[in-house]
Amino acid sequence: MADPELYPADQLHEHASLATSESPASRLLLMAIAFAFLGIFLVVPLVVVFEQAFAKGIGAFLEAIREPDTISAIKLTLLVAAISVPLNLVFGIAAAWAIAKFEFRGKAFLITLIDLPFSVSPVISGLVYVLLFGATSLLGPWLKMHGIVILFAVPGIVLATIFVTFPFVARELIPLMQEQGTGDEEAALSLGANGWQTFWHVTLPNIKWGLFYGVLLCNARAMGEFGAVSVVSGHIRGQTNTMPLHVEILYNEYNAVGAFAVASVLAGLALVTLVLKTLLEMRYGAEIAATRGH
Amino acid sequence: MSSAPAQAGWQFKKPSVIPGFGLTLGFSLAYLTLIILIPLSGLVWRSASLGWTDFWAIATDRRTVKALEISFGTAFIAAAVNVVFGTLVAWVLVRYRFPGRRVVDAMVDLPFALPTAVAGIALTTLYASKGWIGSLLEPLGIKVAYTPLGIVVALVFIGLPFVVRTVQPIIEEIDKEVEEAAATLGASRFQTVTKVLFPGLAPAVTTGFALAFARGVGEYGSVIFIAGNLPYVSEITPLLIVIRLEEYDYAAATAIATIMLALSFGMLLVINLIQAWTRKRYG
Repeated sequence: MADPELYPADQLHEHASLATSESPASRLLLMAIAFAFLGIFLVVPLVVVFEQAFAKGIGAFLEAIREPDTISAIKLTLLVAAISVPLNLVFGIAAAWAIAKFEFRGKAFLITLIDLPFSVSPVISGLVYVLLFGATSLLGPWLKMHGIVILFAVPGIVLATIFVTFPFVARELIPLMQEQGTGDEEAALSLGANGWQTFWHVTLPNIKWGLFYGVLLCNARAMGEFGAVSVVSGHIRGQTNTMPLHVEILYNEYNAVGAFAVASVLAGLALVTLVLKTLLEMRYGAEIAATRGH
Repeated sequence: MSSAPAQAGWQFKKPSVIPGFGLTLGFSLAYLTLIILIPLSGLVWRSASLGWTDFWAIATDRRTVKALEISFGTAFIAAAVNVVFGTLVAWVLVRYRFPGRRVVDAMVDLPFALPTAVAGIALTTLYASKGWIGSLLEPLGIKVAYTPLGIVVALVFIGLPFVVRTVQPIIEEIDKEVEEAAATLGASRFQTVTKVLFPGLAPAVTTGFALAFARGVGEYGSVIFIAGNLPYVSEITPLLIVIRLEEYDYAAATAIATIMLALSFGMLLVINLIQAWTRKRYG
């Protein structure tokens, strides 16, 4: 937890001069304010999720989790993540390869476009697909004639999820691969490896932790997305309800235990994500791009 | 490909021995176009086909204007709160050593990892009049849940990591010598912090503010539970878009979404310019 080797230096420093650090009293005050703020805004909300989920005992919690609609929401969430995360993974690798290993015109613009979904409201991310595939759109009648259902069904949910999680893997890999340069790949190629071998045996081992990091964040968002999915889902219980949407339905029915039981599963997933993320940063910090956050 | 680069005039790509450029760029562009560009241009095209009179009528509708005011206003306040406390948290995490620092550091990312709907119902339960925090505030006459203040609380939660994670690496990079020099020249600690350190942090703080603000304006999941969603009082713009969609009023939904997109892009542009200016001024 604490870094023991830092203490001697710190104490030395304190003796050396108070001028380059705050006085012990103001240190304590600043820390107290910071902890109080984090406690109220982060810790207490997290605690309340689990407190409410188990408010009526573990039996009620298990019952809420075992409810068929909840099970189908969990399955749908896993399915959506299982489709959208690998697609964005492939895109992330392809985009990072093109951007990091080559010099071409318009690269900066391309990077801006990749980041675009981060500055679009989730609701708008869903709306664009409603406009594209909805009954009043150009494609609408054609889709209907051919019996293709996209909106208010799984394909729409998958598309909206891909949209909001689009940049995660790419923006993790691009700075990482740019930093690594092209030397390793050029060496492999000059030794007679073909392109695919070079990628598989040289590039992939170099980027694997950064890649895992990006996938982790992408997956967390894919499973937790609410706004975009809410617009395209149609909210059909047991059919097009993902876990976050199911939380909303249960909550609006005043089924607090049910809502918080499903919410606690999602919160557990968030905690696992944070633990893995921290472990990755501790062990492979240098290999992971400096773009923390998002 | 193998022609000498110096002789080629305009060229799209510098020659390279590494294979796969066409494949990877082609796939990336196709995927980007299908998933992001076509749907987004569909929105703009739909909005343009409305015609100016209809568009203007929707844009100046009192409920639309009010929703935009509420969204941008609460996001601004929340981002400002996060600038103060987020910078403080980043400072404490970088400069002070205390047991459990890594756990606290990891916790800062909770809003990134926790699904917004979960945050929404948790905050609502906390700040409702019977909740842990709500019951403490009620005797003081402060109501948070189902008021605009609730929106601010949710957006503070959502935006916090954006400020901390942009400011933190910059504090880590501060050269201690600068502080020592200021102290040697007779500055008090307070003067050193406010006159020497803060200007250096300004670009990062502005970026953090911009990110938190942009995220706050578009936020939906965590807000709708706690806001109360009263038209003209606590109805945010993304919710108004959803309401218009549910009424099958696609024209209004499209127009409001386009206004929102334009405003957020415009605002990000302005903030980028401010940032470039501060960077030039303070290095």
